[in-house]
Amino acid sequence: MNVVQFILQNHAQVLELTLEHLRLVGFATLFATLIGIPLGILIAHRPRLNKPVLASANIIQTIPSLALFGFLLPVPWLGARSDRLAILALTLYALLPIIRNTYTGIRGVDPAVIEAGLGMGLTEVQLLFQVELPLVVSVIVSGVRVAIVISVGLATIAAAIGAGGLGEFIFRGLAMVDNTVILAGAIPAALLALVADFGLGRLERYLLPR
Amino acid sequence: MIEFRDVSYRVAGTDVLSGFNLQVQSGETLVLLGRSGSGKTTSLKLVNRLLSPTSGKVLVKGAPNGELDIIRLRRSIGYVIQDVGLFPHFTVERNIGLVPRIEGWAQDRISQRVRELLQMVGMDPQTASRYPHQLSGGQRQRVGVARALAADPEMLLMDEPFGALDPLTRNDLQSEFLSLQKQLTKTVVFVTHDLREAMRLGSRIALLEAGRLVTVLAPTEFLRSTDPLVSAYARAFGDAVVSNPSRGTT
Repeated sequence: MNVVQFILQNHAQVLELTLEHLRLVGFATLFATLIGIPLGILIAHRPRLNKPVLASANIIQTIPSLALFGFLLPVPWLGARSDRLAILALTLYALLPIIRNTYTGIRGVDPAVIEAGLGMGLTEVQLLFQVELPLVVSVIVSGVRVAIVISVGLATIAAAIGAGGLGEFIFRGLAMVDNTVILAGAIPAALLALVADFGLGRLERYLLPR
Repeated sequence: MIEFRDVSYRVAGTDVLSGFNLQVQSGETLVLLGRSGSGKTTSLKLVNRLLSPTSGKVLVKGAPNGELDIIRLRRSIGYVIQDVGLFPHFTVERNIGLVPRIEGWAQDRISQRVRELLQMVGMDPQTASRYPHQLSGGQRQRVGVARALAADPEMLLMDEPFGALDPLTRNDLQSEFLSLQKQLTKTVVFVTHDLREAMRLGSRIALLEAGRLVTVLAPTEFLRSTDPLVSAYARAFGDAVVSNPSRGTT
């Protein structure tokens, strides 16, 4: 049986696992964005904080994902529901590209523009919302895009702790030594990543300042 | 209008400005002249509090500027810099109209003001809908000046505004500055290292050297001064300096 036939036969389950996958990635990206963008803005304006924050986000990236899922398992409340735990782990991984892009984007704004803005009497908040963010929004979206692509891949590992998602097929296929089943998880996951990458790439170009 | 009272500014153990005393009269164009690193730009930034003095006070309209509301202070002083710093994602109209908009002016009043200002700085009001990258260097600086004048401030700080322009464009903008200043009589502090520009635009010239004020002279007195630092500066510019007879003593 080839992959296409397998997917067609099990389309209900493929769909269900895809939706689970999207849910994990969606929540993780949402949380990472809600935390990462303000944090990136903060460290761009308070240079003393940039090293510790970026270093922490970097260190998180170096933890092997399977190990991180394992470490978090005994945590109360969190460990009780494996999807919560998976979302937390994915959020942590997604933080770095979002924080880093927000930070480097804002730091990259022409200093003359900032000086002129402050000199004219814009408040820091006005400068942020009228000038800095509009100028770097495409850079931030590019960070979110990287975060999503990373998350879609990493989320397949979440199946190892029972969080569901397309990783279920991959692990099942591995256990059964059946490539068809592995591909039934891997191909939709790859497609999700491609679609997200393409869609956000379009958004990024649309938001590029003239 | 603006007064430096025994102002020093030190950063990382270096005196950028020390024991600086200077009064800028209402309606005059005071030029801060000096070589790179002499403290001209620092003095300017102390006025609108982009920097704060290490010691001493800067008075604006009689009040120490450290005690004024920083946002109100800055909005009451137009600020023009060499790199212009137009907001690249805003049209010319939004660039010029930004402070009026924040101040809550009605849209039609802003549009009217933008057109008025564009004409004032010698630009076609049609350019209002352009983006900064569609303008030439000279046009960008004209918009920079218009933006600084938008909310009709009494004072203008200009930091080598024409320094990056080609000589012809610079000459045009200097002429326009003079006629504009004749019309508006703002209190202007103008930073330059170009003696020709200082002679042409200044009602008085303050020469700075290594963070200290050397002297303040009218343009006509500048070339006659026997002060060694002044004559050294004058000599560096040689015969190219033509004194401007319309700018006398004050």
